[in-house]
Amino acid sequence: MLNNIVKKEKLAYGVHLFWIENPIISKKAKPGQFVIFRIHEGGERIPLTISKTKGNMFRVIVKAVGKSTYELCKLKENDYIKDVVGPLGTPSEIKRYGRVLVIGGGVGIAAIAPIVDALINVGNKVDTILAARNKESIILEDEFKDSENLYFATNDGSKGEKLFPNQLMEKLIKEEKYDVVWAIGPALMMKACSEVAKQHNLKIFVSLNAIMVDGTGMCGGCRVRIKDTLKYTCVDGPEFDGRDVDWNSFLTRLSQYKAEEKKALENYLKIVGEPTWL
Amino acid sequence: MALKDRVNPIERNPKERAKDFSEVSLGYTENLAIIEAKRCLQCKIPTCVKGCPVGIDIPGFIKQIANEKFQESYKILKKYNALPAICGRVCPQEVQCEGACVLNKMGKPIAIGSLERFVADWASKNNIKDEIKIEKKLNKKIAIIGAGPSGLTAASELAKSGFLVDVYETFSEPGGVLIYGIPEFRLPKSIVKKEVDFLKELGVNILLNIPVGNAIEPQELLEKYDAIFIGVGAGTPKFMNIEGTELNGVYSANEFLTRINLMKAYKFPEYDTPVKIGKNVVVIGGGNTAMDAARSALRLGANVTIIYRRSEEEMPARKAEIHHAKEEGVKFQLLTQPISYIGDKEGNLIGIKCVKMKLGQPDKSGRRKPIPIENSEFIIPTEIAIEAIGTNPNKLLLSKFEGLKLNKWGYIQTNEYGQTSIPKVFAGGDIVTGSATVILAMGAGKKAAKKIKEFLND
Ligand SMILES: Cc1cc2nc3c(=O)[nH]c(=O)nc-3n(C[C@H](O)[C@H](O)[C@H](O)COP(=O)(O)OP(=O)(O)OC[C@H]3O[C@@H](n4cnc5c(N)ncnc54)[C@H](O)[C@@H]3O)c2cc1C
Ligand SMILES: Cc1cc2nc3c(=O)[nH]c(=O)nc-3n(C[C@H](O)[C@H](O)[C@H](O)COP(=O)(O)OP(=O)(O)OC[C@H]3O[C@@H](n4cnc5c(N)ncnc54)[C@H](O)[C@@H]3O)c2cc1C
Ligand code: SF4
Ligand code: FES
Repeated sequence: MLNNIVKKEKLAYGVHLFWIENPIISKKAKPGQFVIFRIHEGGERIPLTISKTKGNMFRVIVKAVGKSTYELCKLKENDYIKDVVGPLGTPSEIKRYGRVLVIGGGVGIAAIAPIVDALINVGNKVDTILAARNKESIILEDEFKDSENLYFATNDGSKGEKLFPNQLMEKLIKEEKYDVVWAIGPALMMKACSEVAKQHNLKIFVSLNAIMVDGTGMCGGCRVRIKDTLKYTCVDGPEFDGRDVDWNSFLTRLSQYKAEEKKALENYLKIVGEPTWL
Repeated sequence: MALKDRVNPIERNPKERAKDFSEVSLGYTENLAIIEAKRCLQCKIPTCVKGCPVGIDIPGFIKQIANEKFQESYKILKKYNALPAICGRVCPQEVQCEGACVLNKMGKPIAIGSLERFVADWASKNNIKDEIKIEKKLNKKIAIIGAGPSGLTAASELAKSGFLVDVYETFSEPGGVLIYGIPEFRLPKSIVKKEVDFLKELGVNILLNIPVGNAIEPQELLEKYDAIFIGVGAGTPKFMNIEGTELNGVYSANEFLTRINLMKAYKFPEYDTPVKIGKNVVVIGGGNTAMDAARSALRLGANVTIIYRRSEEEMPARKAEIHHAKEEGVKFQLLTQPISYIGDKEGNLIGIKCVKMKLGQPDKSGRRKPIPIENSEFIIPTEIAIEAIGTNPNKLLLSKFEGLKLNKWGYIQTNEYGQTSIPKVFAGGDIVTGSATVILAMGAGKKAAKKIKEFLND
């Protein structure tokens, strides 16, 4: 096991793609699963979705949001990730549903890529929505060619419709009968899409990015209330039916370490200066 | 020296030690160890040995200390216990060897734990290398799942017998609870590292960052190995599941301790992992885990209260730890049960609603059953609550192990030798018994290793 960065590419401002060599993970990963990185001895454990595999390598796409992801994006080809553990989490429920709508928002697009492929492979007809702030932030567009229909939604209308993904979802649902929906992206987007799904009585899978430590069901930190029971996102999820998620407490828990995260990033930037590499 | 005057090990001043994570007890000097060892009566029928889960020749190793032959003493000790520096520090001696020592009847028992620790530390300080004696190399492979005390002990026994041993561990460091749970001030991590290094010298192959069940399936292990030992612990935290459990500021002890021990959150931001710490911290529970969480929070500068629903007498924690916690300034609020958490508008914890309890008749556990007192609700204001009320078996591996029989609580069912419903699969430690102790987990690892040898030699 090597964990060296074989290939790195900048996809958009602050969004970087990594191919990492790791034969175990590349062989075992299924759509919907994730890994946890610790890039150096003093580092945090960062969960990242496995976005594709090829030979001995797997791919992750990272959005820089705080100290650890800034630092990760600073690494170069041939550098090593100290610890990589995975694959973790329960794989997506891939089966023949019929007609499926898959929505990826921001870096969430990286997470839906393997899911869309797998759904098509077992004979589903898949419509895909790629959503982002603007045209420049839409990533991996080429990988969704096999979708029945490919839609775009941007906040500023620079590509596709000038709509939020949940609004476009609402529109499509009225035109087409879907059997199931996937929506992966920022928590607020998944919440909004889940509300639409609830109104239309549609099953919707979302992938929860809870704050994690071990990723093996050992700390309980990633707990989330699903239909009145506590579930551990890392082992029971990360995918759940979005209609059952207690979104308010989920969103609150994401902001748990706001003050500490801010301090960590400020300290880091004091040392490294302008994050020109992002 | 009067028999009853037990020599206590040197401990750091509680005021000073409550501010850092360095070890609390400094142990014995050679002189003190000798004086204490000389108190031992060298009983013909040593009751202490019966109290020890691994049957260490206690009078034997103590006699060598009294004779100032520390190396001899270490040799005896090591024959029975692969991890004496660890056990000397964390075993609940008062209910094991020391609890069974005849001197209890006329004063204080021999400080067997402290003597054990002394000998182990002496050997380490004097660079006494353990003899590596590997019986004839055997061309048989064994997989150990989990690098906690049970897995590490099984690995060491099997490697010494000449088997090829691979240990799989999902964390980035081996040690299990010894690394992520028990804090540095009670068990320095350098000691765990040393024990693990010895395993490596024995030729044990330790594979880190591998979640067995996901990265490798049980079926593959069954095909690749001649036998398997499962020692995955019982790490999934229980929550009381009262209202407000999702609030920011509510932790499981496992998360709180992992952030601090494994991820070194007490050094944040030098280390990247944060941990929340408020002015006030309330820890719920009465076991070792509760004491460790409370004393860790104290060291981060909080005002800490332990709440427990029974009285101190029923607390399952080691007596020494309760005593240490009190000395350092942890407050105890007994006969108190939380009933809900109270949060502010932003979702942060601000208090715990509790009810007072009284003790009724003994229940199945033999302890008096706590009963709520009507109309006794009150609120404890706090920003942090840490639940240390126990654990469940971790499903990561077990949910994928087809044909492996579990009992009704979800723990692995084995016979008395650790053999599971799949003949070549053995198991031991917390995943069989539920949360227990380091020495029992080691004992289980040892017993299973012996049976595995027999199984493979047939
Ligand atoms: C299952 C899962 C899959 C994920 N997949 C991806 C992915 O493919 N690409 C990607 O860019 N990001 C992904 N994330 C999110 C990513 O893990 C966080 O952005 C990262 O840990 C933030 O670390 P930081 O130090 O840079 O930021 P911080 O400054 O620490 O935090 C910024 C925000 O990130 C979140 N966060 C912080 N720590 C963690 C943590 N340990 N686990 C999860 N979230 C955290 C919080 O919401 C926080 O407010 C995933 C998260 C999970 C749980
Ligand atoms: C905070 C705390 C304090 C304690 N204090 C004391 C004390 O003072 N004295 C005492 O005697 N006992 C104490 N105990 C109890 C004692 O630590 C345990 O009984 C003992 O560690 C159990 O050992 P084990 O080998 O069964 O499992 P563990 O120590 O739990 O080790 C299991 C290992 O398996 C790994 N693992 C799990 N699943 C997988 C998988 N699928 N693939 C790969 N690896 C996996 C885990 O990461 C872990 O490293 C304490 C426990 C805690 C939590
Ligand atoms: S029972 Fe006590 S006095 Fe007797 S041998 Fe054991 S330790 Fe010594
Ligand atoms: S991350 Fe620790 S239990 Fe899920």
